[in-house]
Amino acid sequence: MAVAHPQATDTAASVTGRSRRTAILALTGPAYLWLALTIFLPLSAMLYYSFLSDVPIGDRTAVLTLENYAAFFEKEFYQTLMWRSFRLGFEVTFYCLVFGFPCAYVLAKTIRGRSREALFLLIILPFWSNALVRIFSWTMVLRGNGVLEHSLNWLIPEFGSLNLMFTYPAIILGLVHSYIPYMILTCYISIEAIDNGVIEAARSLGARRLSVLRRIIIPLAMPGIIAGSILIFVPVVGSFMEPRILGGRQGTFIGTIIEDQFTAVFNWPLGAALSFIMLALVLVVLAIMAPAIKRVT
Amino acid sequence: MRRNFLRHLAISLSVVAGLMAANTQAFAAEIRVLNWQGYGTDEAWALEMFKKKTGISVVHDYFNSEQEMLTKLRTNPGAYDVVLINSAFTGQAAKEGLIQVIDTSGMKNVGDLSPNMRNDASLVQGGKTYGVAWVWGVTSFAVDTGDFKTIPDSIEVLWDPANAGRVGWRDDAVEAVQFAAIATGQNINNPADFASIRAKLRALKPQIRTFWSSEDEWNQFMSANEFDLATYWSGSAARSKTAFNLPVEFVIPKEGAIGWLDGLSIATGAPDTESARAFIDFMIDPAFYVKWDTDVGAPASANAAANAQLPATAFNRTAFKDPARVAKIQFMGPMDDGLREKILELWQETKTYLLD
Repeated sequence: MAVAHPQATDTAASVTGRSRRTAILALTGPAYLWLALTIFLPLSAMLYYSFLSDVPIGDRTAVLTLENYAAFFEKEFYQTLMWRSFRLGFEVTFYCLVFGFPCAYVLAKTIRGRSREALFLLIILPFWSNALVRIFSWTMVLRGNGVLEHSLNWLIPEFGSLNLMFTYPAIILGLVHSYIPYMILTCYISIEAIDNGVIEAARSLGARRLSVLRRIIIPLAMPGIIAGSILIFVPVVGSFMEPRILGGRQGTFIGTIIEDQFTAVFNWPLGAALSFIMLALVLVVLAIMAPAIKRVT
Repeated sequence: MRRNFLRHLAISLSVVAGLMAANTQAFAAEIRVLNWQGYGTDEAWALEMFKKKTGISVVHDYFNSEQEMLTKLRTNPGAYDVVLINSAFTGQAAKEGLIQVIDTSGMKNVGDLSPNMRNDASLVQGGKTYGVAWVWGVTSFAVDTGDFKTIPDSIEVLWDPANAGRVGWRDDAVEAVQFAAIATGQNINNPADFASIRAKLRALKPQIRTFWSSEDEWNQFMSANEFDLATYWSGSAARSKTAFNLPVEFVIPKEGAIGWLDGLSIATGAPDTESARAFIDFMIDPAFYVKWDTDVGAPASANAAANAQLPATAFNRTAFKDPARVAKIQFMGPMDDGLREKILELWQETKTYLLD
């Protein structure tokens, strides 16, 4: 048909060009409008709050001020906690990568058929339960006289106690468990896409397993590693529920400090300002990483 | 055919209207209560008792801090009927217009309330009742009787090196600072010497095993032996003993303790003020209180008649016998936002110091 009437298709193309734009607008418009309403509006309201001296509810009067941002730079403990949160973000991301990547590799390249489906289900299953429930189950496992100590004492008599609950490693453990599925799923997708022929070619040309991993698999899987890392790093830096429950006395982070501004005192402006400082620092970290990311992808 | 259709329509419309009427009726006889979880108003047997008596059903929403309660009232006007407010916050809530004046005429149990609590300066302002005194108690600490053969009588036991790593502490800025104020002999509502409070709180570093934030968590930690002594509320200690069979003993130390009075208020814009009044009256009724304290465990009632009906051995009748100790209890008073933010900042700084 198109070959028989070349002129007709030409004019049709310009018409469809316009109607296609309308169609794209009509189809994506609602989604963007929804995103704008649900993300942009609350976020800009909070940005506005962060420059106020008080919450303008009821008969409270508020003036514009930079004090909330200044507080972060004046009080050393805010900076200490911000650094601690970023360290937590890096460490959790690192452990997710160390444990998640091999898991994704095995899933993508070694296991086939039904067992792969079953394993996938096991990885995604924790996602279906509430995050709070997951963290509370960890408290049952980790606490003194809990499931873990009992089983260790059963295996190794006179093992004694682990004292893991309310420590920094307990927070890491809970967060890695919560976020590792992101790493597995994103890495799985990019490892799956690697052509087996490339790996076989490298092997047949005499490359050792380690150099295949280092020079072929990891570079080709990099988009998945980066996507997973960002998906994990950003929420972990701001996490407050997991550290509070698993960390006890060690569970003070910038996220819990921000939460306190909203729940313990009615100081939304300071909470908002601290959140935006955190957001800015996360963006700085991503910007520093950007050249490296560009090079490998 | 057409007439038939109209008749069908009329019948179905009247059925729908009837259903809707029944629905609104059922809706009217339901009140919403905002309180701490597990704090009396949500006892299942009590709600059954109340429903049988008045036909009113009760639904609950909860908060984990006084600020959360105030925020919920501020951001959801008209969502709640009855709200529990620590009297230290009643004045602020009234000033912000979050709660309304309660007409106590016809509430038969109000007359039995201890006069000093009924007319507490925070609850009654300018002759107007903003909160009905409900229960009162003290914030202090409780010890595991398995680990403490003799019950300590000084607050310093929390700082005793012998108890390093065994102390549970509530993660609440105001409460933490008030504990330190008592230990350093200061006014809990307006401490003058913040430097000594700061030092006292920092001295907790080797002591604290973990923070707790709810009664449920406290019971879990205590039964799992995570801590052997921990800050606590008197009514909750009674519940831990009675309802959870934990071997704990509440201590009112010689240096004093933090006293509080909890009142029940009616939120501004409450959908059903009448039912709210009936519920508050039921809550201060000895019939409810005696069963609550005996079967579950409760703080002391503001209703003198209700307290008198408790068994002679009940904690709430024996704990406050020693007048010298009772005189040392400092009641929580109102605090302005500025002081509160200063206290939070001090506590957050301390928590940063407490990190390893």
